Amino acid sequence: MEVIPEKEKEVKKMSEENGLIYRISGPVVTAVGITPRMYEVVRVGDEGLMGEVIELHGDQSVIQVYEETSGIKPGEPVVRTGQTLSVQLGPGLLTQIYDGIQRPLEDLEETMGAFITRGVDADGLDLKKKWEFDATASKGDEVSAGHVIGTVQETETIEHRVMVPPGKSGTIKSIKSGKFDVTQTVCTLDDGTEIAMMQEWPVRTPRPFVRKYAPDVPLITGQRILDFLFPLAKGGTAGIPGPFGSGKTVTQQQLAKWSDAQIVVYIGCGERGNEMTEVLTEFPHLIDPHTGKPLMNRTTMIANTSNMPVAAREASVYTGITIAEYFRDMGYDVALMADSTSRWAEAMREISSRLEEMPGEEGYPAYLSSRLAEFYERAGRVQTLAGDDGSVSVIGAVSPPGGDISEPVSQGTLRIVKVFWGLDAGLARQRHFPAINWLSSYSLYPQALDQWYRDNIASDFPEIRTEISALLQVEAELQEIVQLVGSDALPIDQQLTLEVARMIREFFLQQNAFHDVDTYSNLNLQYTMARAILAFQDEAKKAIAGGADLESVVNVQARTDIMRGRFEEGYEERIEKLVKEMGKQIAATMEEN
Amino acid sequence: MSGKEYRTITDVKGPLVFLNKTEPVAYGEIVQLRLSNGTMKNGQVLDTSDDQVIVQVFEGTSSVDRQTGVKFLGDVFRLPVSKDLVGRILDGAGRPRDGGPAIVPDEMADIIGAAINPYSRESPESFIQTGISAIDACTSLVRGQKLPIFSAAGLPHNDIALQIARQAKLVGSDDDFVVVFCAMGITAEEYNFFVHDLERTGALENSALFVNLADDPAVERLITPRLALTAAEYLAFEHDYHVLVIYTDMTNYCESLRQIGAAREEVPGRRGYPGYMYTDLAMLYERAGLVKGKKGSITQFPILTMPGDDITHPIPDLSGYITEGQIVISRELHQKGIYPPINVLPSLSRLMNAGIGDGKTREDHKSVSDQLYAAYAQGKELRGLVAIVGEDALNERDLQLLKFADIFENEFLRQSRDEDRSIGEDTLDLAWNLLTNIDTKYLVRLDQKWIDKYHPTEKKE
Repeated sequence: MEVIPEKEKEVKKMSEENGLIYRISGPVVTAVGITPRMYEVVRVGDEGLMGEVIELHGDQSVIQVYEETSGIKPGEPVVRTGQTLSVQLGPGLLTQIYDGIQRPLEDLEETMGAFITRGVDADGLDLKKKWEFDATASKGDEVSAGHVIGTVQETETIEHRVMVPPGKSGTIKSIKSGKFDVTQTVCTLDDGTEIAMMQEWPVRTPRPFVRKYAPDVPLITGQRILDFLFPLAKGGTAGIPGPFGSGKTVTQQQLAKWSDAQIVVYIGCGERGNEMTEVLTEFPHLIDPHTGKPLMNRTTMIANTSNMPVAAREASVYTGITIAEYFRDMGYDVALMADSTSRWAEAMREISSRLEEMPGEEGYPAYLSSRLAEFYERAGRVQTLAGDDGSVSVIGAVSPPGGDISEPVSQGTLRIVKVFWGLDAGLARQRHFPAINWLSSYSLYPQALDQWYRDNIASDFPEIRTEISALLQVEAELQEIVQLVGSDALPIDQQLTLEVARMIREFFLQQNAFHDVDTYSNLNLQYTMARAILAFQDEAKKAIAGGADLESVVNVQARTDIMRGRFEEGYEERIEKLVKEMGKQIAATMEEN
Repeated sequence: MSGKEYRTITDVKGPLVFLNKTEPVAYGEIVQLRLSNGTMKNGQVLDTSDDQVIVQVFEGTSSVDRQTGVKFLGDVFRLPVSKDLVGRILDGAGRPRDGGPAIVPDEMADIIGAAINPYSRESPESFIQTGISAIDACTSLVRGQKLPIFSAAGLPHNDIALQIARQAKLVGSDDDFVVVFCAMGITAEEYNFFVHDLERTGALENSALFVNLADDPAVERLITPRLALTAAEYLAFEHDYHVLVIYTDMTNYCESLRQIGAAREEVPGRRGYPGYMYTDLAMLYERAGLVKGKKGSITQFPILTMPGDDITHPIPDLSGYITEGQIVISRELHQKGIYPPINVLPSLSRLMNAGIGDGKTREDHKSVSDQLYAAYAQGKELRGLVAIVGEDALNERDLQLLKFADIFENEFLRQSRDEDRSIGEDTLDLAWNLLTNIDTKYLVRLDQKWIDKYHPTEKKE
């Protein structure tokens, strides 16, 4: 009982420690007269702008400031807070839209209007809102960190599980259900520890768990090329590098919309304002295909556009992943999208160059790749402290300059991630979307996931996948010959292979994100579509061997119907019938000749 | 505004002046320098500490000596704004250049400009008809978008920008655009070309010009676009104007940025440009858009010339990552004598889908545009093949596509400098007519229902 007041006193003493600004250079401010810890949050200047200590240098402390610094003078005060940069975790995170340091954008609009000015504080959670807390633990229970002591129905679809904060444990002395705000005590332990629904956690420290599992369940996204050819596991990591205009953002948004994670954290890091607005206006209207409820119910967004302060952009990915880990600790599968990690890396570079650090490759700091690795390492499928399973899957977009992935951010990312979805400007130019190159992309998960596919979709799922990707490989080789001699010079069986491969590309790999039906295909349908392509190949081979000509085989009406049909409702029910019909029509072409 | 005048300059390096022993000076504060010969110069604080202050001098540092008096004005850079800016020509630092009186300000606006809260933005979705088929059909522009023109030396980007400025309108609305024109380091000749054209069409009265020419101070270019955008914001969000901001040439702006970076001995990023160039450009480009509850809008048309026609050069590259698409001007088409030589393949409008379709342009727009792209892209690719194997090796489909690529360039892309095509009857119907050169069975991007309704020879009435 003595320990806590002591600590509070210490914090208080620290926060009274005032220093002065010595130097200002853009977002970097140097202060003297304080002795803060690394990564401690300080208040800078008369307006109390929020900043974080990033370097200690003799008696000088170097601070990155999360807000615009013009107009600030040397000699203005700098005040310690005693805390490192933390986020507030508890009911109220979902449906929220935050800036990089967890200030709700809606609150900022209320206090400062449409333009973001500075010196305004806002809590990450609504501290006044009352939530219906339903105790699930009872008096006398032994609990330790991570144990769920009660639940709150946070949104229609998501139950928020209130956990004992890390570092605390004991026997419950009292616990009560009822309406509380997030700071009120809902549970007391016998050592006097009071537990409220809200906990705080420093963003740069990973939240604790028991152990990591090997990922063996796929994250289903409804995107055919991703699920079928290059799957991501729950708790896995993926990188999407691509030049501008190749569809990175659309792919990220598709994943945020359709992936079968229970919680989605979307970080718009240094991206376009209008694009964020599009996400913000569109998401509330989208319906989750898994629950039939608005997607927003399971989503937290972080929007730090390119013209918002660069230091807050640096912090935004940490804010996001900490929120993701918090939901993972409740036992949920969380998908986190970061768009784009290159902007995050650039923020690091900018701060680093203001610090006059010795640069590494292309001016990026030498610690770039270790920061990237640390970030992606926070993904994983884990056993939580409470003994449940939870996962965080991380999908990071990378924006390589000029689309050249030999640059440091792409390379640093590719060394860590297990799935590479390589976007291709050439495909984008042909309006082949998603413009993911099927030859250069890869996933290291299929082996771990194959058993799952056999058990849940079809026993020959992995074999069908291999056949499809082999056809694409063969096509690439044939295309080289076609470039030289034209397709008419090829033997007829190879011409057929080209037609089959074209069907894979145009019918299967291409998927229209803006089309109501085509935007999402479930795994069963994907499997059936792949089977339909192979069925066409088999029938066509037979027919050609029986004397039919390729042209008429390719042009049978049922095949066109199969291909166009994917845009129509009820396709899944019809496709088997269409495949049979196609078989008949192809067989009939033999008789024509 | 009065303050002490310091004569404590220690170093002068390029456009930068270093001085010490000052009282606390704010970051970003505006500075006035009085040279010993009486000339006045302006500058801004780039770095400030108890020991040293670094000032960037907009007019360059020639004739600055250690006796130069430096006065800190106690405020950040502000532009006097009022509705009277419309119809005026100002220089790169915001002073009248047209011989007219000083602007009587309604307000002194901070030129840095605060970021629009993404939550307070409104999604841009009103189609702007430019009357140029290549843009309207394939890279449709919407109000509130920032769509740069990626060009290169010797290409007619200025004509295209002017044609857009002249013809841009919202379909079914008589709201006119106010043009804010910002020149950064362009030649007097180019400037005269713009002014004459704006005069000729009477648009000058509806324009505000901020002009920094090639022989004006290079460092001043860093503030010129900020002045222009501050004016644009004021007109759009205080006076409900729809503002079209054209700035040219972003390449000169970036050169100035590099110059300052080098003078400060900063660690350079790619090709010597500063590591913060992305953020810096974003601070300009992101000032486009619409704000909830305000009637006005800002649409941006930055023009940049790609050094060596290289689209991976840092300037077009970083721009492309911030802007909502790009219009790429092609030297190849220009040399074929096609105006406007817009290469639609690498061109893109990210906001297009929000601005087109039923009720906005026409229901078949998206389908037609996809089909044009696909056919033209394949046709162009076949040209390469034909060069090797000759046309004889092509099948029927490929021959049609090959021919289509030529027709597309000559009839669809090509139009005259004052030809204002409407989106429906002119542009899309023309597209359908040209698509009749390809068998419908090869037109896989077109929904059957649009073929039934719009195809000139196959439609079912």
